[in-house]
Amino acid sequence: MSSILNQNTLESEAIYIFREVVAQFENPVLLFSGGKDSITLVRLAQKAFYPARIPFPLMHIDTGHNFPETIEFRDRLVKDLGLDLIVRKVQDDIDNGISIEEKGKYSSRNSLQTNTLLNAIDEFKFDACIGGARRDEEKARAKERIFSIRNDFGEWDEKNQRPEVFDMLNGRIDIGQNVRVFPISNWTELDVWNYIDSEKIEIPSIYFAHDREIFERDGLIWTASEYVYKEDHETTETKRVRFRTVGDITCTAAVASNADTVQKIIQEIRDSAISERGARIDDKRSEAAMETRKQQGYF
Amino acid sequence: MEVLKIATAGSVDDGKSTLIGRLLYDTKSLTSDKIEAIERVSKKNGLDYLDFSLATDGLVAEREQGITIDVAHIYFSTPKKSYIIADTPGHIEYTRNMVTGASTSQTSIILIDARKGVIEQTYRHFFINNLLRVKEVIVAVNKMDLVNYSEEVFNNIVQDFEELRAKSDFKEQKLTFIPVSALWGENIAEKSSAMPWYDGQTILEHLENLKLEDFEEKSQARFSVQMVIRPKTDEFHDYRGYAGKISGGSLKVGDQVTVLPSLTTSTIKEIHFFNDFFEEAPAGSSVTIKLADDINVSRGDMLVKSYEVPKETKILNATVCWMDNRTLVPGTKYVLQHNTNGVLAKVDKVEGQIDTDFGTADDANALKLNDIGSVKLKLSKSIFVDSYQENRSNGRFILIDTQTNTTAGVGFIK
Repeated sequence: MSSILNQNTLESEAIYIFREVVAQFENPVLLFSGGKDSITLVRLAQKAFYPARIPFPLMHIDTGHNFPETIEFRDRLVKDLGLDLIVRKVQDDIDNGISIEEKGKYSSRNSLQTNTLLNAIDEFKFDACIGGARRDEEKARAKERIFSIRNDFGEWDEKNQRPEVFDMLNGRIDIGQNVRVFPISNWTELDVWNYIDSEKIEIPSIYFAHDREIFERDGLIWTASEYVYKEDHETTETKRVRFRTVGDITCTAAVASNADTVQKIIQEIRDSAISERGARIDDKRSEAAMETRKQQGYF
Repeated sequence: MEVLKIATAGSVDDGKSTLIGRLLYDTKSLTSDKIEAIERVSKKNGLDYLDFSLATDGLVAEREQGITIDVAHIYFSTPKKSYIIADTPGHIEYTRNMVTGASTSQTSIILIDARKGVIEQTYRHFFINNLLRVKEVIVAVNKMDLVNYSEEVFNNIVQDFEELRAKSDFKEQKLTFIPVSALWGENIAEKSSAMPWYDGQTILEHLENLKLEDFEEKSQARFSVQMVIRPKTDEFHDYRGYAGKISGGSLKVGDQVTVLPSLTTSTIKEIHFFNDFFEEAPAGSSVTIKLADDINVSRGDMLVKSYEVPKETKILNATVCWMDNRTLVPGTKYVLQHNTNGVLAKVDKVEGQIDTDFGTADDANALKLNDIGSVKLKLSKSIFVDSYQENRSNGRFILIDTQTNTTAGVGFIK
């Protein structure tokens, strides 16, 4: 038995939030992308409810344009921890005519995820969707509450948010509304990596430096894949890269890197001059790209 | 790493966003793509210098109007500490955001425009910091470059502020005055050569030297039960643990505890976090507690040491900061959320709006959005409370509108 508990402030806060979600909502779900932030959430949830199992399912909104490593990882994690996984596919909504595929050089299914997510929330009547968004990622996310209310249409009313005082979380909502919950709101990218390191959390291999066939466009490194549109003059080459975020393959750029351990990644981030979402093609669309997507119900 | 939370408060155009942008830039927390974005937009706006306020203003409406609407959270770190800034707007109509920002912070930076000095909004900013018992307040006198770096201007502002402080009842609060120019980065992270008469610390030096243990509350332990953990598996068949966060002071295995409101007593048998067990857990820890006896405990109940039972009451006198468009008037009912416990509360009396100039209260009998006043509440059930001065977590509550579900106000128990 250890004598005095010395808990990380951010970890304590996240666990407190998880417990409030389960106490205040009837039907929560954890939005799981297979990225390091949602994997961290799973670990925190395990700790929050131990020795009980995690009392809500995971849901993956699958664009169909995944890194295969992420999907393998997802399935193994779910099996190892005995979790329930729901998968809803953007492809199904495209096939049913609910969503229309983007065309052209920068086409991506990233924004189509919103439709699929909102339909799934409706289908399962989820009242709380737990996500791994962090306030340090992007300036619209910096304004998020920990309990962030969405209306029937999934819209975020950013100018009319409930005040969140002290640690008191008010999860009262009307029928039809739901809440997005962000337990690691106050974590930075480095905090997540330090936690992965200290907790020895496993993460998908694409976060570590590996050789990959890529091409360069607009100063970013794109993955050569059947899902990524490439013009004839754009030539591919093999380079040592890793990913800092893991999203849809069409909107996640790689960074040149030799960091093949968590420790090396932490050092690399400390020295890094480019922000994490600097390699997110979906944010480059405009100055307000994230805010606009969030208003429409994007995660 | 240590995390220090800072709230910032200032009036419109005091240069608050610029100061924060400067802190980020000078601590090399802005990445090259963000600096490029700032350069691009500064140039587009016809500026010949870098507009660091662009590092913080997040929403489209904010960028259009050049103002801050909502609390934004900004992160930076030095090798010594991680910092979280709650950047709160200075407009009088957005006071609720300021209370929100200050409520989660250990320290505050109040900005004053050197040309304007202490103004009505400064009173309000200072008052809120007092009400919330923020222990460390930095008063940054900004735009010193526009008053020729005058020592006299600075000293006059310090004197005005000291007069304000003399009226405050929170004597333990520490005030630190620093003359700065956020635009030119003077006394933010680097000492200004233009103000040789100032021999104090820069803002960053001051923040770096603050000790986190000085902010820890030394009060009585309170443990509000968030939920009961019952795995009902073969391995943990009869397991029954109470999950929650300890506040005020630490709890130990063997402590005799009283469960509120039932007043049944038991002993702490185990304190665990995940699959590890501990003899003791300090305030701030999220843990699971097992008791020696099989008694009825559920969400909303509170465990305290049996010789530290707080006061039981059905009537609350509190200072309330009102945050809703619907005016608070006597006779209306709200859900009062006190820790994890919710009870119905009826507004019995609004005993006057408090003058944020620390002057006398007027005899208003209602509180409008952004008003702060004395309120008497009658509760449907008794609760166990401390005054906010004695115990921060057990001395506060929020009022929730039963029709709109919004958090309508926050109260500090007297």
